[in-house]
Amino acid sequence: MTSPVDSPDPPAVRCTGLRQAFGDTVAVDGLDLEVRRGEVFGLLGPNGAGKTTTLRSITTLLPAPPGTVAVLGRDVARQRTQVRRLIGYVPQQLSADGTLTGRENVMLFARLFDVPRRARTAQVEGVLEAMDLVEAADRPVKTYSGGMVRRLELAQALVSAPRLLVLDEPTVGLDPVARDGVWERIARTRAETGMTVLVTTHAMQEADEHCERIALMHRGRVRALGTPGELKSAIGPDATLDDVFRHHTGDTLDGSDKGGIRDVRAARRTAGRLG
Amino acid sequence: MSAPLAAPPAAWADAEPGPVALVRTALSRIATMCLVELQKLRHDRTELLTRAVQPALWLIVFGQVFTNIHAIPTGSTPYLDFLAPGILAQSALFIAIFYGIQIIWERDAGVLAKLMVTPTPRVALVAAKAFAAGVRAVAQAVVVLLLALALGVSLTANPLKLLGVVVALMLGSAFFCCLSITIAGLVLSRDRLMGIGQAITMPLFFASNALYPVALMPTWLQWVNHVNPLSYEVEALRGLLIGEPARLGLCFGVLVLAAAAMITVASALLPRLTR
Repeated sequence: MTSPVDSPDPPAVRCTGLRQAFGDTVAVDGLDLEVRRGEVFGLLGPNGAGKTTTLRSITTLLPAPPGTVAVLGRDVARQRTQVRRLIGYVPQQLSADGTLTGRENVMLFARLFDVPRRARTAQVEGVLEAMDLVEAADRPVKTYSGGMVRRLELAQALVSAPRLLVLDEPTVGLDPVARDGVWERIARTRAETGMTVLVTTHAMQEADEHCERIALMHRGRVRALGTPGELKSAIGPDATLDDVFRHHTGDTLDGSDKGGIRDVRAARRTAGRLG
Repeated sequence: MSAPLAAPPAAWADAEPGPVALVRTALSRIATMCLVELQKLRHDRTELLTRAVQPALWLIVFGQVFTNIHAIPTGSTPYLDFLAPGILAQSALFIAIFYGIQIIWERDAGVLAKLMVTPTPRVALVAAKAFAAGVRAVAQAVVVLLLALALGVSLTANPLKLLGVVVALMLGSAFFCCLSITIAGLVLSRDRLMGIGQAITMPLFFASNALYPVALMPTWLQWVNHVNPLSYEVEALRGLLIGEPARLGLCFGVLVLAAAAMITVASALLPRLTR
């Protein structure tokens, strides 16, 4: 087995035989996955498929055995701090601080990522501008719409100029206009910086439109991997990603009753806060 | 984006931080979190007043009544003067002990995960939270001290002693904040933490020298008092603010050790909250 750390031109993310279990429940079961540099990669699957656990392993929130997960060639078990410097992370929940202004929220993350003092103000201004939040930057975040909060969180994640942007269901609870706004800015920033985007979503249409490659997870393993076009054509001439999902999981989007109650509560809270 | 994102400096991905870098990072994160706490206070000053209601009642009602009936012998020191430092410590305790609830709220809102994906060692993150609680306690202390002055308590005007008061409050708050985070890391639920918080706060207060001299306590309570960091905080505050005899070296020594120990324990338990 080639070590994920030693490759000369390592991919953005490489998982090799990743296994994560909670008691008797195996959340991720020997996952092999490679995300190429610079691509928008979608991680799809029903609730309880292991997407969030995989994301938590990649972002260092869950300890992973050495040699099983690497981000841009850095082993997440041995080089945790280095990995964190390369990652921008947007959780599923609306996590910006409502009592602070937009600018203060972004400045907080510029400081936490040690953006040099002389570059800090310009960097914060740059990401606020990229997310079209300059005018609202000095207002308390509690006055923002759901779409604006999401864009602010993108600004927080981008202020350290990450090489890998990790988004956990970034458009959950947003209306279609806000959703398009978020994706448009992700695409624009990616085009300008060349960063890699790793996203989990339940929205098949969004995955189809915005992801260059998709991994469909089920019961802790990757069941299908490819471009949206490849996945669809493998099922049939008129297949949609919904059909691909059903084919590989034997499940329906609405009928899945797996997944932790915490995930469901988190999604509801997010939707509730968005109104 | 008109201002392109700067690439992270090459040094960012060099190595895992050594002990010197760890201390530097911890100090930087403490400064950042304290600044954020001040920003939050600036945006919502009403909290300072609403939180002042309880200590005000203790001073105005309890303090004045017990001063008049001379029920608690405090030598040549008026009871209200004796009580004021105790109420100061109590108000800091009440602020700090509920930081664990804030941590659980931050977990549920995705904030904690986002903070833990920054290049911030756990111990630095917990220390930053702990001293941020201290900043809030000090801001609250200003209100309580002004009230005590208005009630005729003779307080020191010596800037060095006042600086000592700030340090004692910061250390005491750090300890109780981390105790609360530790319990949060063990029980993992807001409801259980609220119950435990309420169950331990008043016993900590009554098993200290905040309300009455140690000599008046039954022997068993004196033993509890000796291992209660709140008592050392009160003794230091009393010595500094109203010139009562105090073992300042011992008090600050105990507070530093207790805060350091509790920061270490809370740091070890913090990752449990994001798994």
